[in-house]
Amino acid sequence: MILSYTHTETKPMLNRPLNFAATQPALPSLKTATKRSSFLTIEGVSKVYPTRKGPYTVLQDVNLTVDQGEFICVIGHSGCGKSTLLNMVSGFANPSSGDVLLQGQRITKPGPDRMVVFQNYALLPWRTAFENVYLAVNAVHPHKSQAEKRAIVRDHLAMVGLSEAADKKPPQLSGGMRQRVSIARALAIRPQVLILDEPFGALDAITKEELQEELLKIWNEHRCTVLMITHDIDEALFLSDRLVMMTNGPAATIGEVMEIPFPRPRDRALIMEDPHYYTLRNQALDFLYHRFAHDDE
Amino acid sequence: MTVNTVRNAGANPLGLLSNFWRKQAPNIIPPVLGVLGFLTIWQICSSSGLTRLPGPLSVVTDERTRTLLMYPFYDLGGLDKGLFWQTLASLGRVAQGYSLAALVGISVGILVGTQPLVNKALDPLFQFLRMVAPLAWVPIALVALQQNQPAAIFVIFVTSVWPILINTAEGVRQIPDDYNNVAKVLQLSRKEYYLNILLPAALPYIFTGLRIAIGLAWLAIIAAEIVMSGIVGIGFFIWDAYQQNYVSEIILAVAYIGAVGLLLDRAMAYLQKVIAPTEQK
Ligand SMILES: Nc1ncnc2c1ncn2[C@@H]1O[C@H](COP(=O)(O)OP(=O)(O)OP(=O)(O)O)[C@@H](O)[C@H]1O
Ligand SMILES: [Mg+2]
Repeated sequence: MILSYTHTETKPMLNRPLNFAATQPALPSLKTATKRSSFLTIEGVSKVYPTRKGPYTVLQDVNLTVDQGEFICVIGHSGCGKSTLLNMVSGFANPSSGDVLLQGQRITKPGPDRMVVFQNYALLPWRTAFENVYLAVNAVHPHKSQAEKRAIVRDHLAMVGLSEAADKKPPQLSGGMRQRVSIARALAIRPQVLILDEPFGALDAITKEELQEELLKIWNEHRCTVLMITHDIDEALFLSDRLVMMTNGPAATIGEVMEIPFPRPRDRALIMEDPHYYTLRNQALDFLYHRFAHDDE
Repeated sequence: MTVNTVRNAGANPLGLLSNFWRKQAPNIIPPVLGVLGFLTIWQICSSSGLTRLPGPLSVVTDERTRTLLMYPFYDLGGLDKGLFWQTLASLGRVAQGYSLAALVGISVGILVGTQPLVNKALDPLFQFLRMVAPLAWVPIALVALQQNQPAAIFVIFVTSVWPILINTAEGVRQIPDDYNNVAKVLQLSRKEYYLNILLPAALPYIFTGLRIAIGLAWLAIIAAEIVMSGIVGIGFFIWDAYQQNYVSEIILAVAYIGAVGLLLDRAMAYLQKVIAPTEQK
């Protein structure tokens, strides 16, 4: 087993052919990945919600910098504030104090550069899978010709293996298929940051693994920055470059950031044979179930 | 006899008919029996002198009413027209008042549903006005508009606009956060948001309002016409017949009114089923 444990560079390692490279422009951001450390910055962020019993501090002094093209997973006990943290990156919530900066710009509202794969897919049930993706592409590229937009939609549906089901409406799709549409919609608009809030939580184990592999494959080809919430340590170890582990709320913060050094492209079976995998896994388990065990667990 | 001989001939039109009958008989026979029973009891009550109201048979036995029954399309000018024309005139007013109500109700409903401040300002007024009965609007409309025809249309409008408005506003408020979040993250333009998210999401509610409103509109036009004199319309026809004591004509007109109301409601239900099926999601 020859796995190097140095943190691999975040540039894409495209060792497989791009089946849709012809229709997709290269990511412009890849060329300008010079100021690595300042791509996404979460700086002294706190979030306080006013409640009937007085102010409730969800997050306290959270600091994190994310490189361009990095894959970050966030893990933590339920209710600690993971969604709250990512909502401040997507722009659905604003920090009570501190700053969230994307390429030096303060994030104030949602935008298609920080596309979200929502927890319950958030597909429009009266639109087909194709139309759901088209709505996003059309909103982001109003000046592209209809043929171009349709081609983008078709490519992305094909990428998640849904060409057959393009004309079905979400109620006719399975949970896994809906999540695929949601991912296709998110990727079709080429976001700089892709935010996923427990995207595979509601799926069965097999579908979940399939989708993890598809997500990883697509990410290998596009290398957008990914922030993903998960409850599954194995999922995080398989997917991410770094695993952000949060302490318990109230006033939660980042307890530890774990580097996941496995080289890419990753092979699930190969990684799981690696003894280091279990060192990392135990370290994460120890964090979650001993050092920051949930009160009622 | 015939039915038995063609039972196995599926493609044959008679066979299809008998097939249809076998399937639908349980749905057709009970209501027919119910109506016949009701009419029979009514007829007995009238014949035995229990009530002075003529029985249903008087629609045929009474000379004047039989003419009306047989010739719905006659037109002798002025107010002397067959029941088809009377009903059509009333329906025309309903169509105008109701279209106006739909237009105003949906637009104001969207405004109120999207702007909490506007809702706060106007909601008490709406809740108050919608409690005013159609008949109470008639004198107000007559004084305000001076003429029968626009006043009748206004009464329709003001009776049917509230359920449309209130249901539309509720439908807009009920739009799941998820859909609004999609709109926000994609930064959809106002027009795109209305067309792709707001209207389709609120459509089932809007249709509920429209369906309630069509019934109210039809009820209101009859009431309004009864009070307004000298117009062609089934409502005034009833009033006129009452003044001249042609009671069986009233019975016939009431049958028209009920049938048209039923048809309007069924038509809206059908539209609702086609355009905004409830099993979405
Ligand atoms: N609008 C709000 N007002 C008040 N409290 C809120 C609000 N939104 C979230 N909270 C509280 O903030 C805390 C963190 O919520 P959040 O949804 O971020 O948790 P989470 O880590 O994503 O949990 P889960 O894993 O269950 O999704 C919770 O205790 C929640 O009750
Ligand atoms: Mg959450």
